[in-house]
Amino acid sequence: MINSFPKLLNATLITLKLLSASLILGLFIGLGFAILRMNNNKLINKFAYGYSYIFRGTPLLVQIFIIYFGLGQIEYLRTTFLWVVLKEPYWCAIIAFSLNTGAYTSEILRSAFQTIKPGYLEAGRSLGIPSKIIFTKIQIPIAIKQSLPAYGNEIILMLKGTSLASTVTLMDLTGVAKYIISTTFKPVEVFIVAGGIYLFMTFIIHNVIKYLEKKYGFQT
Amino acid sequence: MELLYFGDKGWGDELFFATLMTIAVSITAMIIGFLFAALFTPLKLSNNKFLNSIGNAYTTVIRGVPELLVIYLFFFGGSGAIMFVASIFGYNDYIEINAFLTGSFSIGIISGAYSTEVFRGALQSIDKGQFEAAKVLGFNKYIYFFKIILPQMLRLAIPNLSNVWQITLKDTSLISVTGLVEIMRQSYIAAGSTRDPLFFYSFAAVLYLMLTFLSMQLLNRLETKYSKGY
Repeated sequence: MINSFPKLLNATLITLKLLSASLILGLFIGLGFAILRMNNNKLINKFAYGYSYIFRGTPLLVQIFIIYFGLGQIEYLRTTFLWVVLKEPYWCAIIAFSLNTGAYTSEILRSAFQTIKPGYLEAGRSLGIPSKIIFTKIQIPIAIKQSLPAYGNEIILMLKGTSLASTVTLMDLTGVAKYIISTTFKPVEVFIVAGGIYLFMTFIIHNVIKYLEKKYGFQT
Repeated sequence: MELLYFGDKGWGDELFFATLMTIAVSITAMIIGFLFAALFTPLKLSNNKFLNSIGNAYTTVIRGVPELLVIYLFFFGGSGAIMFVASIFGYNDYIEINAFLTGSFSIGIISGAYSTEVFRGALQSIDKGQFEAAKVLGFNKYIYFFKIILPQMLRLAIPNLSNVWQITLKDTSLISVTGLVEIMRQSYIAAGSTRDPLFFYSFAAVLYLMLTFLSMQLLNRLETKYSKGY
């Protein structure tokens, strides 16, 4: 149990790398699609809705497998520079996670933007504030406040989602835990250590979100 | 499209039965989850600190640890645990548990943690007066729970339970790692022998989308039925 601890800690680093990379990319994707969702053009709106529906309606495992095993099948892709990225399981996992969390994030952000009272925007406009500043100084801070609790949940779901990277040969925390279990046949001990590390990360994320909620806890 | 023919030529029938397997595992897991929820919801609401902490530990640990890790625990540890119990009763042969049971049990424990939270929330949002009135009127325990509390609780819980159902349905894809032939496993086998992973995994995605879409239609109908005023 103690011997396996350093190995698992090393693997935690990969888990954290996967998590942070996909959260950052996912946030941009989510923001992009949230803006498309609020577009008045029906076609653009439908497209953004379809994106989030497909990625939220299918398991993350299918998405990783399509990207890692499936895309390599397209001959054309193998000739482009994209192949450098797509042949690495690490990047495939990050792409799949980002697209997945992007879909959930877009829903969270959309509902956050939609709950902003129109009065605030009208007040801003009637004071003659340019619409860019209304967006960055009024809409964004309120949207952050509204979406923090749901986004915190999404971060924790994504942390758990990164465990699927082990199915495409990546040695993340779950991958190493599985390897140790299958070589030592001590499932309970390894589960306690690996699960403990995951719980510790969940605990920290939970508290950071709580702190941010307090910081952005202005009255609206 | 030839790949989807039924019979020996295509994978249509295999994928059809795999879909049924996914549905069967999801429903079994959901029911096991309800049993866990029925056990742990009272603990979470109890005033006893010790019982309360057991309930909290269950939901915190299961919701904070990746599903895959829980599945590995039961997949590798399940038969060991059962053999240990059996050895107490003097049975020492090797026991192998079937993949369906391990799968539905591990997904059931996960889904149970989510259901527990849903039931707890629903029970807590029932007006206190309802409990008091039922007690004051002297109903027996059966009527108190099944005729007064449960219908009100279900009404509040069903929208959230349909989320739990979606999570459970998608989680069943993970038990393909244990070798149970459901949609993911069957697509993996088909992709391996035809060397056409793009087609089969995309088709698996379509099957899951269909399942989530159809079950949402059903659950929405159930929701309107139960949300009638009282």
